[in-house]
Parts: sequence; structure tokens; C-alpha cells
Amino acid sequence: MAEPSLTAPEAWSEIVMGNTAIVRAMAVSGTRVVTAYPGSPTPEIAEAIGRIPAGERPFFFEFSTNEKVATEVAFGASINGHLACVFFKSVGLNVAADTFVQLSMMELVGGMVIVLGDDPGCNSSQNEQDNRHLARLCYTPVWEPMDPQEVHDMYLEAAAWSQEQHMPVILRLSTHVCHAKMRVRSAAFTPAPHNDAPRFDPAAGPYLPITKLVAPLKRRALEKLERTREKAETTPFLKVLPGVPGTRRGVITAGLPTASLLEVLEGSALGQGVEGPPNVLRLGLVHPLPVRAVTDFLRSHDEVKILEELDDFLEQGVVAAAYRAGLSCRIRGKEDREEWIGEYTPPKVREILHATWPELIPAAAPATPGPSPDAPSVDAPSADAPSARAPQMCPGCGHRSAFYAISQALAAEDITVADIGCHTLGFLPPYHMGQVLLCMGASCGIAAGLSLFQRSRRVVAFLGDSTFFHAGLPGVINALFNRHDFTLIVMENGTTAMTGHQAHAGSGENFNGPTTAISIRDLLVSLGATVREVDTYQQAKLTQLVREANEAGGFQVVIARHPCMLAHQRRETRKPGFVKRQVRILAEKCDQRHVCVKQFGCPSFFLEPSGAVHVNADLCIGDGSCLQTCPTKAIAPPAPVKQETAPTKQEAP
Amino acid sequence: MTTTQIYMIGVGGQGIGLLAEVLAHAGDRAGLAIRAVDTHGLAQRGGSVESFLRVGTCVFSPLVAPGEADLVVALERTEALRGLCTYARPGGRLVWYETAWQPLAVRLGREAPVEHAAILARAAALGVTARPVHVPDLPDTRMQNVAVLATVAGLGWIPGIAPAHYREALTALVPPRAAAANLALFDAVLAASGADPA
Repeated sequence: MAEPSLTAPEAWSEIVMGNTAIVRAMAVSGTRVVTAYPGSPTPEIAEAIGRIPAGERPFFFEFSTNEKVATEVAFGASINGHLACVFFKSVGLNVAADTFVQLSMMELVGGMVIVLGDDPGCNSSQNEQDNRHLARLCYTPVWEPMDPQEVHDMYLEAAAWSQEQHMPVILRLSTHVCHAKMRVRSAAFTPAPHNDAPRFDPAAGPYLPITKLVAPLKRRALEKLERTREKAETTPFLKVLPGVPGTRRGVITAGLPTASLLEVLEGSALGQGVEGPPNVLRLGLVHPLPVRAVTDFLRSHDEVKILEELDDFLEQGVVAAAYRAGLSCRIRGKEDREEWIGEYTPPKVREILHATWPELIPAAAPATPGPSPDAPSVDAPSADAPSARAPQMCPGCGHRSAFYAISQALAAEDITVADIGCHTLGFLPPYHMGQVLLCMGASCGIAAGLSLFQRSRRVVAFLGDSTFFHAGLPGVINALFNRHDFTLIVMENGTTAMTGHQAHAGSGENFNGPTTAISIRDLLVSLGATVREVDTYQQAKLTQLVREANEAGGFQVVIARHPCMLAHQRRETRKPGFVKRQVRILAEKCDQRHVCVKQFGCPSFFLEPSGAVHVNADLCIGDGSCLQTCPTKAIAPPAPVKQETAPTKQEAP
Repeated sequence: MTTTQIYMIGVGGQGIGLLAEVLAHAGDRAGLAIRAVDTHGLAQRGGSVESFLRVGTCVFSPLVAPGEADLVVALERTEALRGLCTYARPGGRLVWYETAWQPLAVRLGREAPVEHAAILARAAALGVTARPVHVPDLPDTRMQNVAVLATVAGLGWIPGIAPAHYREALTALVPPRAAAANLALFDAVLAASGADPA
């Protein structure tokens, strides 16, 4: 589809998600350098950047090898005078933290916006950490938009403030702000002329935070933060939304919970009106706290509820401000453990407000038997709903062949360690590969610890190729350095598959074009590792190699490679003359042992109530990786097929 | 007018993203405010994929509450029952494409497959009007979502959005090489419903 140019200087109005709106704001603000590491909920920012033809892109963009490096590249650009931006997911800030905590002490002459994709509700993350704490740790202000229009507008304000104050700023998004869609409007603008002269000046710093030099740098960071407090008091995003005239009740909120609150108070969601809605103080910046605005609001109310997702970050500041001002307003913070957990959806906000003011906010209507109102997820249990349909590896996925083959090489008591990537799904039935998981690149370290003092339970660690480069390599080197005793299986599919097929250092291309592929095999060999390698479709060979590695003992590496078949299939189907190929079941040979369905577990197989197996024509890509799993050779090799719909016996009336 | 709350559900890979995008743009072309949100990331890999759309005059959040959807749109049989049990409001509506992507639990023999009749029975118990869709000779399975879209248009199940708005949105959003076939399917299913094609 033709998308109106995000970079054109004319006024612009489109239905877009927050992750696209932010790219328009990057262009309008004159952002010159953007860096990232892919992670939900932010990779669609890069997809929007990628839709701008390279010649029209007003800024440099790269996917760096990890979030820390991405932050450093953006920092380097900023101290050379360029407005820079780095974006990544919530837990990416942990990876970047060592660099990030230094930024506020640096004179960022070009300005720098850190865009965080936090994930309340853990839609695609291993925790729901509240990154406002890290912002406070290092004196960095935080803007929180509630919808895509505000993503655009707040980016502009935050970037301008960062340029003016030479300080880092955070634009904190969350999953359903990144992915929400609405019509977003952006005014016409005059593109700023690019000044690509290197403007790094050591005298503008100093940029060396060493011993006695640190105190003045910290002092300067605190001064900037205090100036930003005044910005938080005067930003147009700070609003009082009036409730019923004369009410003495108020709510302080920010970010996405604002939209949910407005839906409960003013919208038609949930089907019930609210009698006597409270006044609402909506903050634009959540750090530093606009103490004057907050105390004024408290002073004019008898009772104020702090409505904030995740931790009691605002609550602590508001309570302290009230104490210092000697106010008697009753402050209602988090009153139930559940208020610390999950996304503040409209039903969750209604539930919290009902608990706070039962006479004011009616309880949710008794809904149909379904998930509890605070968990609007298809994973939630329901009396009558089918059990959750978990994600699974795609038809033809090389990881399926790998897990099927590797499981045959392991003893029941062996220990398998997962890492982050599509291969994490190996923990699900029928494979059960991967019994412990922490974060990116952690598998080798965990496996090393599990292997100490024992040889009775072989430890096998998994690691994807993008993660290998991201944070996996130190764990690999540690295993060699300290002579640890486990098998590492590198699940190499040539891409960062889970987040949408971003290239990595081993792909042979980067975001901007071809580059030299770094061979994981060569790298490991050069480090002195013993490496075995096989395409995962050679299942018997893979089983044998894993057995060999485990029997050999010590640190052993098996590279289980096969290109991502989802990416492959998408490329193939777009080619002219593409012919769809599929396997089929030879009924005369099938004795219904169901290895294909139950142990290999390709979703293309469809089990009839009679026990017969069919191939789902919607799903099979004709990869043929299943053929070798059938004990009676009842799967016919892939052959061209006429397009037809899925096998279904029922016709619509 | 009030807000129409639409909950869409399918299996990753079925094309629910395009369906949601077309519905959102059709609402916008009808002059309504829209807020929408899709599932992204790992969940798309063969799991249940949901999408929310709220269309009306006073809309703030894109999220639909469980048990509150006026319209549940499903692209698959098991997901139809799931959407009905979790998000449909009593007296609401369900449209689903009659195909099956068998869930793992069924393939492992742990659960019985969802039958067509079970969906109708559940819908009846909830007072939900349910409408299956199946086009026997569909040229491409990726067009199932358009058959569902045309059914929604034909039934007029989203107040304020006319067939012309859906057609405009479809034209704008479907890749040019697939536009003609999709519009032809849309018009054929619409005509079969007996609705005014405008």
C-alpha cells in the first residue's frame, strides 16, 4: 500500500500506530541519527523507517548489535552535535544501563531522546519492569504519551527540550501506545538544513567522569533536572480535566491509564455511566514531578486517587509533596497488590476506581462467563472457552526439526537451558526443550553453573544467532575461559526472526545494505571451541552430533542451522510463477501412529476424529521436513498443488 | 451514536491484521473516530491473534473489555468459540469463517475439536446472532478475511459504515496485484447477502 511520505514537509494526517507516528516526529524534529535493537513493542518503528526510501530518509538509522551499543552510537552522535534517538524494549534498558546511567552527566550538545517500549501486562517480555525507577536513578526526565497523537506531539516537545538543555530525555511508551492506531495529524514543517560538520568539543564537557570530576557533572545534571521540573509544570500536556462541578474528589494519572480512565468516566465503554465524575490531573512528565501543580490539585480536593500502572512511583512523590506542603488531603495510592500488576485497561481502571469509590463508580456489569476483567487476554481461563492456543513454530521451521532430533539425543534427566528467540517456544509440548530462561544471552552462564560438581545430568544450552551477537558471546567465552562442561546448541536461522526478521551481524546485510557476514562457526573455531554443524533438516545427523557432543564432555558446540522458513516462504510466494507445493498423506500406508502430529508436531497436520491424518492446505509449505519422521513412509514428498481451502466438512448454511 | 466495539480473533498468519486495518479505515472514511490495536510479536507465530477496534464519536482507548464486544469477528472455528466465550456481549453478534486450524491440544488428543454446532449452541445461549461464512471455491485461502468483511458489510453490522466505505478502504489497503480479485470477492459475497451495494 502506498503510504504518504512521513518525511514530506507538507501537513500530514494518517491512520497510523504510535510506532509510525514517532517516525514522522523524528523527521519534523530534525533527528539526525536513530539507533535501536529490535524488541517488542518497538520494532515497527524501524519498519516505518524502512518504508521511507533510503534517499529520502533524513537521518541515519542502524540496528546495533545490542541496546548498549545502540545507546553509545546515539550518544556519540549527540556529542558531535546531532539530535539523536535510540529506541528499544523495556528490558533493553537493562542491557544499556551501564552506558545509560552516565548520560545525564554528559553535555549532550545535539540532544538525545531515549524511546522505551515498556510492557505492562507482559505481552511480549519476561517481566513488566517499571523503567521510571531507572529514570530517577540517573536524573533523566520522562514524558508519557497516552495515544499515537501524543507520541508524535510529545516526541517533538521532548526532543526540543533535550536540544535546549543538552540533556537526555525519555519518551516512555507502552505496548498499547506503540501499537494503538488512530488518525494522527502533523503540521507542515520546514526541514532544518543538515550540519554534518563534526562539532565534538572536549571543552563543552568535560566528558571524562573520573573521581573528583564527577561531583560537578552530577551537580550540573541535578540543575538540569530542576529546570525540567518547571517544564513539567508548564507543559501543555499537563491538564486538569474537570469532573462534576464542585466535586472534592480527584484523580492523578498519566500515560495510557489516562485513556482508560477517560473511557470509564466519559466514553461509552462498559455500558454504564458514572455519577459525579472526579476531577482529573493528567501529567505530561512523570519525572520530575510538577510539585506545584500537584500540591495545587491536592489543596482543592478532599480525596485524591493516584492511578498509575505498575509501581507506586508517582504516589511516593505526591505523598512527599503533600507532607511538605502540610496538606490534609487524603491520598489514595495503591491499596491492593493487584494494583501493582498488569496493564491498566478500561476494565481494570473501573475495578480500581470502584474499589476506591464504590458509590461513585459502579462495578462492571456481570459479563458473560469469561476471563476476569483485569485480564483481557486470550490466555485467561474461561469456563467454556477452548484452552489457550499458544504460539508455535511455523510450518517448516528448522527449530522444529532441531528440537525433534535433539530430544532423541537426550536422557530424561538431562537439563536444557533456553534463551530468548523463536526457539524459546521449544519449552512447549511436544518438545519440552528449555526448562529455565532468564534473559538475552543468559543460557551459557546458567548452563555453566548447572554443570558444576556433577556429570550425571548433561546440561544443554540453546542460543539463537542474533542473541549470540547481542549478549551471548561473553557467556560462550566464559565457558571456554573457565573450562565449563556443557553443550551449547546455536540455533542459527540467519535472522532475528521473533521480532520480524531484522538482519544481524551474521546475516550478510544490515538495515542499509549488504555487509560482510560474521560467521558464527569461524568465530567459535577461532576462539578454540569444538564445533559441529549440520542443517536441522538432517535430523538423524543432528541427533548423532548432539550425542557425540554430550559423550565427549567439556564445552562442546553444535550449530543447528536452517534459514527461517517464514521469511523464506514470504519471499517465495511473492515471486512470479510461484507454485505452491505440499506434502500429502498416503492413506494406504498410514497406520495412524501419529508421530507427525504428536511428536514432530507440525501444525500443518490435521487429525480427524477417525484417527486419519490430513494435511491442512492453508498451512503446509511443502518443506518436506516431516517425511523422515514417518515410520511407515506415509507422507508423500512435496508436489505442486491446486489452491484449495482447508479440509472442512461443514458448509455454511 | 454510541461506540461499536469490535473484537477480532484468528490464528497468527490468517490475515487478521489486514482485516482490522480495512475495518478501521472504513470507519474513518465513514467520518467516525476510530481507536484500534493489533497483536504483534511472538504471539503471531501460530497462536491466537486478537485485534481490537472501537468506532464511534467519543473514543479514547482502543481496548475492548471482555464480555463487551458488540461484534466478534473470527477467522477460524476454534477461535470463534473462544471469542464468543470471552468477548461477546449478551445480545451481540458473531461472524466467523468456517475453517479449522487444529490447535495443538486437539492434535495431541487431549481435547475434542470444536464443532460448528457448539458455536451455534453457545451463541444461542448468549443471545448472540451468529453467522458462519464459507466460500467453497475461494481462489486463495488468504482471501477468507475479505469474505468475512463482505459479510459484515452486507449485514450492516457496524452502524454508520456503508459498503462503499469498506470498498474504498479495501482498494486503498490491498496490494494492487491482489486488489481486483479481492474486490470481486467482496462484491460477490455482498451481492449474495442481498444488501444495497452502495
